[in-house]
Amino acid sequence: MGATAAAPPQTVDAPAPRKRRAPDAGPKTPFWLWCVVALIVLFCLFPFYWMVSISLKTGVELNNGTPYPHHPSLKNYDSIFHNGDFTRALLNSAVVSVVTTVLALTVGSFCAYALARLRFKGKFVILGLVLSITTFPAIAIAAPLFRLWSNIGIYNTWIGLIIPYLTFALPLSIYILVSFFKEIPKDLEEAALVDGATHFEAFRKVVVPLAAPGLATAGILTFIGAWNEFLFAITLTSSRTARTVPAAIAFFTGSTQFEQPLGTISAASVVISVPLILLVLFFQKRIVAGLTAGAVKG
Amino acid sequence: MADATAVQTTGTPTQQRRRSKGLSERRLAFFMVAPSMALIALVAAYPIGYGIWLSLHEYSVRVAGLSRWAGLRNYSTALSDSEWWAAFFHTMIFTVCSVSLEFAIGLGMALVMHAAFRGQGIIRTVVLVPWAMLTVVTAVMWRTMFESPLGFVNNLLGTNTVWLGDEPYALIVVILADVWKTAPFMALLLLAGLQVIPSEIYEAAKVDGATAWQRFARITMPLLLPAILVALIFRTLDALRIFDLPFVLTNGKAGTSTLSTIAQETFASNRIYGLGSAMAVLTFIIVMIVSFIYIRTVGGNIRGLAEE
Repeated sequence: MGATAAAPPQTVDAPAPRKRRAPDAGPKTPFWLWCVVALIVLFCLFPFYWMVSISLKTGVELNNGTPYPHHPSLKNYDSIFHNGDFTRALLNSAVVSVVTTVLALTVGSFCAYALARLRFKGKFVILGLVLSITTFPAIAIAAPLFRLWSNIGIYNTWIGLIIPYLTFALPLSIYILVSFFKEIPKDLEEAALVDGATHFEAFRKVVVPLAAPGLATAGILTFIGAWNEFLFAITLTSSRTARTVPAAIAFFTGSTQFEQPLGTISAASVVISVPLILLVLFFQKRIVAGLTAGAVKG
Repeated sequence: MADATAVQTTGTPTQQRRRSKGLSERRLAFFMVAPSMALIALVAAYPIGYGIWLSLHEYSVRVAGLSRWAGLRNYSTALSDSEWWAAFFHTMIFTVCSVSLEFAIGLGMALVMHAAFRGQGIIRTVVLVPWAMLTVVTAVMWRTMFESPLGFVNNLLGTNTVWLGDEPYALIVVILADVWKTAPFMALLLLAGLQVIPSEIYEAAKVDGATAWQRFARITMPLLLPAILVALIFRTLDALRIFDLPFVLTNGKAGTSTLSTIAQETFASNRIYGLGSAMAVLTFIIVMIVSFIYIRTVGGNIRGLAEE
């Protein structure tokens, strides 16, 4: 796959001799390119299709490996919504992810603004520190917190998850916001300053509204990161009280031991993936901009 | 003080004004940066310090809370443990295989996405689907494909392999699942790199008669190199920390234990805090060594952000 897909630049001109006149007349898609495109689409979507098809199968059909469900049934979906562990996990995930995102954006935006706009010493050190935190392995924080949280009584609570989630959420939002703040034209702030605003007012009334797309991007990426987090979620929780969706799915078993649990697990997986896929497709441009912020150019 | 007419010229009068109004710039910067730094110290630095402290102690199994100084004994136990070394090698194999496959596929995807053709919007949208999938869901998905009666893989290949229960197959599935989920991310990073290469260079090379392969090897690759390096190092650091895929796919069994799963199992399931913490610190050290190389490589980027 890698080799075939890497070939394009070599063959870009291959069919050219016949239609040499028209290369600028608008790109005409050669057949081989459509094949590669089809392959990529299949590669990206087929595993998801398979999981959806498993989630619609019940009973013997689950075990006979048919490519699509002959008798599609929503029984698995019905059963997960009557599963208290799953619905509670949805609530836990929502609260933990939203609070983490709001905290990280609020605190992070101040820091990012100072790094992007104000003149002071030590910027390089601070950015280096922020960046190096994003590379910390979560395990190095999860191990001590496992003991610490039991000692101070916040093991298996929302707050016990939100605190470690900030270790990746805060650096991530700072890093994305710095590059967005730097793109806002300085003139507008200067104008506000000339008109008698303080630096802080200029930040609050001019920069923050203009940086709304950047804030949205950082918010979405932070939210997805928190929603997706797994290591803290299983290490620092022990019951449905605080267990988030990824942890709940990992510990999911069928309602009876005779039931193939993967049917219901697949249904639960589809349910939590669909909103996320819609979110990503809707904010596609923002997300791509955020993912590549700072990675290519400063 | 600057008067209204002078403001129009350039920055100097405004700068004088800035200093006279509200907080001084330096103090404002301090107040804006301090909360983040305090939070980072609290949520990252303190736990890591405490983790190192834990790793230097031994904890009584019988009496809760009883511990004694152990020096580096936990580290020597970990480093002479064949299971830890197995986890180390699984992690290394996983990292090398998944990152290189992701690079090859990601580069291919990026080149296709960069090629101008009608309907390229579809593919840019489609590659985001694996990226948006939760890692745990990715693991579930690959279980449904490989686990015997439900999955189609054995039917398709005509084999009878217990994919998730035997070495080395389980690790292969873990690698494939990771490649599926993150090759698109790699593609987006590389695509961003491709988009900043000015098209005039290609035009000029075409005029000079360079073949498509020459243009790829002599223009695209060298100019894409910074983006490639960043993408590779990003992914390497992530791969070294891998935890969720092996945990959900195989629970770290069948030759899929990694640096993170073995440490987590030791302190969370077996409650051997000292040894578990030592394993976590070892993971931290390994990642930091790679991360150091990373910071050296993209140091220019941070400097760019820090510049006025």
